[in-house]
Amino acid sequence: MKIRRRPQENQGAASAATEYYRVGEPIRDTKAPDGPIEERWDKRRFQAKLVNPVNKRKLTIIVVGTGLAGGSAAATLGELGYKVKSFCYQDSPRRAHSIAAQGGINAAKNYRGDGDSVYRLFYDTVKGGDYRARESNVYRLAQVSVNIIDQAVAQGVPFAREYGGLLDTRSFGGTQVSRTFYARGQTGQQLLLGAYQALERQVAAGNVEVHTRHEMLELIVSGGRARGIVVRDMVTGEIETHLADAVVLASGGYGNVFYLSTNAKGCNTTAIWRAHKKGAYFGNPCYTQIHPTCIPQSGDHQSKLTLMSESLRNDGRVWVPKRKGDNRAPGDIPEDERDYYLERIYPSFGNLVPRDIASRAAKNVCDEGRGVGPGGLGVYLDFADAIKRMGREAVEKKYGNLFEMYERITGENPYEVPMRIYPAVHYTMGGLWVDYDLQSTIPGLFVIGEANFSDHGANRLGASALMQGLADGYFVLPTTIGDYLAGAGSFGPVDEADVAEARKSVQDRIEKLLSVNGNRTADSFHRELGRIMWDNCGMERTEASLRKALERIPELREEFWNNVKVPGDAEGLNQALERAGRVADFLELAELMCIDALHRTESCGGHFRAESQDADGEALRDDENFAYVAAWEWTPDGPVLHKEELKYEYVKMTQRSYK
Amino acid sequence: MNLTLKIWRQNGSSDKGRMVTYRVEDVSPDMSFLEMLDVLNERLILEGEDPVAFDHDCREGICGMCGMVINGVAHGEQKLTTTCQLHMRHFKDGDVITIEPWRSAAFPVIKDLVVDRSAFDRIIQAGGFISVPAGSAPDAHSIPVPKEDADAAFDAATCIGCGACVAACPNGSASLFTAAKIMHLGLLPQGQPERESRAKAMVEQMDAEGFGGCTNTGECTAVCPKGIPFEAIARMNADYLKAVSK
Repeated sequence: MKIRRRPQENQGAASAATEYYRVGEPIRDTKAPDGPIEERWDKRRFQAKLVNPVNKRKLTIIVVGTGLAGGSAAATLGELGYKVKSFCYQDSPRRAHSIAAQGGINAAKNYRGDGDSVYRLFYDTVKGGDYRARESNVYRLAQVSVNIIDQAVAQGVPFAREYGGLLDTRSFGGTQVSRTFYARGQTGQQLLLGAYQALERQVAAGNVEVHTRHEMLELIVSGGRARGIVVRDMVTGEIETHLADAVVLASGGYGNVFYLSTNAKGCNTTAIWRAHKKGAYFGNPCYTQIHPTCIPQSGDHQSKLTLMSESLRNDGRVWVPKRKGDNRAPGDIPEDERDYYLERIYPSFGNLVPRDIASRAAKNVCDEGRGVGPGGLGVYLDFADAIKRMGREAVEKKYGNLFEMYERITGENPYEVPMRIYPAVHYTMGGLWVDYDLQSTIPGLFVIGEANFSDHGANRLGASALMQGLADGYFVLPTTIGDYLAGAGSFGPVDEADVAEARKSVQDRIEKLLSVNGNRTADSFHRELGRIMWDNCGMERTEASLRKALERIPELREEFWNNVKVPGDAEGLNQALERAGRVADFLELAELMCIDALHRTESCGGHFRAESQDADGEALRDDENFAYVAAWEWTPDGPVLHKEELKYEYVKMTQRSYK
Repeated sequence: MNLTLKIWRQNGSSDKGRMVTYRVEDVSPDMSFLEMLDVLNERLILEGEDPVAFDHDCREGICGMCGMVINGVAHGEQKLTTTCQLHMRHFKDGDVITIEPWRSAAFPVIKDLVVDRSAFDRIIQAGGFISVPAGSAPDAHSIPVPKEDADAAFDAATCIGCGACVAACPNGSASLFTAAKIMHLGLLPQGQPERESRAKAMVEQMDAEGFGGCTNTGECTAVCPKGIPFEAIARMNADYLKAVSK
């Protein structure tokens, strides 16, 4: 992507850096029904056209990705009778990275009778997202949350239970009710296996074809509609074309743009980035979530970061020494020389403040020189009090597998010495822009789960990703896609020239990557890009840092295309080639993220602009100028910004306070 | 530390394959085993050689994608640990480490350390599910499940489908994998209606895929990174016998 600098034009009131982009028409219609918020989803469902069962069999839907969103969608669409083609880059759909989600899944069941309700989950999510999510979508999410738990239990998901045989719940960051259902520290695994098993059942029934070890490399748009994809068979190297009546992207988030993140190594932006370049707007690319409780980096060899579930903050206490540069072992630091800073600054939420707040607080104490561990980049998460209060056995029952995981990686025993944790990139709230129906700006291209710009606004609450992925896949998409497919009779044939063009772009790219034959590996470019993004577009962003990144990224991209070394050929399994293609796309996406972050001169949720904070150092929103979704259109001359204004009819926008 | 690696190299399923020796230097004890291989691969790429192909993804021990036989043991000698969670602090300077793929007739080698485990998906397709279309479920609290049953079901359900059990078994049996799913679903009230048909179909598929039979050697549980209990196999056999004796 080449950014041509343009004179300032059409600039929004407080928007900055307009030399990097142009402002286009605002988005006026998101297709959300009007009327009372609790009736909107019912209304949409009733108004959505239906496809009769005989016609469903004649319609093909492609689903890219097999995580919670893609797996549940493919299974459900198969159950409904559509012909489904599902794709994943892993060797089995069961391996998608949803599997690694630990903590839990929210649902407004109010089984505890502690005052929870659909409205409260809606309210908490809008507030937690720092008033940058759509009310209609979030309300629907809260409504279907209760069905997800029913569905999962019926599938045999072994949620934690109490002695009476009923489901156990726990509380999570950003909420004061206990609405998080969990399966020890492996909730994502169990929910994903539920979806995977439902998917395999549909494979056996002949309704779904699963193509494993296939990577989507291009979207086919024909007659203005998404009509298929071009994929590479990662085993044979063959470039294949798959056509369909609709395409669903469920390819996950793009946190790996930072190189180090809690994402799986293979997670990438290619599917959504290719779609973006074919016309799908990208929503809020700069909204990234830095998770507060990850295992700190141990050296330059580090290939990924590992998250320790946020549920640990229920019983663990976060602290650092009061004194700068205090190098004593944690056990030697007396109680009155410790700063339990979250409990001190946020007495009502304490250790359970939302993720963005906990992460920034950790960064602040480390910046003050009070961090612990190698490089001073860590804070303690201490279970000594919990062990005293509940007994070691109870702690082991609740968190045993997480403690083992920590010990395996660090070689330290958290029952005896406090864990060391540090924030790490974990989730991207941004993604392809979708309307209320989860349809992108390309007709027939639907985007679900983390791949869309989602219902989480500028910050996602814990245990809400699993909820959103499954809500989209089991309940929302299967209804809304029918409304689109009811008109399939008029789609017409796919133009062969469009297919040829998509295939050629894939083949050209692969040839180019293989022909550079330079001196640096794709991974080394990726690491450098990650460093640039973490330092300049990470937990804290400034105009200067973002401008610096915007200078550096195009240079790095140019060097990549002139100096990357990809061994081997396009035939057969070539993991270095796969990686190089993904890094090439990250090098383009990174620039859009920085432009988005630069243009949004306010702070909100996970996007913290140092220039915009209150006297206490908390994020300061600018609702007057930025209460909108930034939807970016790709053009060869640089990005064009389309604003979707956010209206709050139910939740009053206030400064978030967790004190 | 400096290490000598003897790695199985095989260019495609029709290649015969061979062990190739590599030296790696300055390995940090905090590195994971895969990070050590990353360092080797970066070097091989720059030297114009073909890097070693291996499967991996989450690198936190849960996706089940990684797996190598390290010094003759599936996932290496650390108990309850996947290859990606194995750290170099368990090795010492001068060690010679052999690295091989899962070896089983039912898991053909694709390249180097990468094998085809799609047989596992087909075993699940045969019956590893509860038939409940989206939207048809009753309220989650309509059927209480005794905590002990839910906990035991969970223990079986933690299987990550890595295939170490098959690689370790002298018979190349997939019994532990298959039994884990049968035990998980068979312990829950929701899984009862299909319990016997599930066991029968999954066992038959397992046999059809060319996995060997179980002779109770217990090698599978010894290497299982998730500690799937051996009793799962007895439960599978019981359900299977009940199903076929009807």
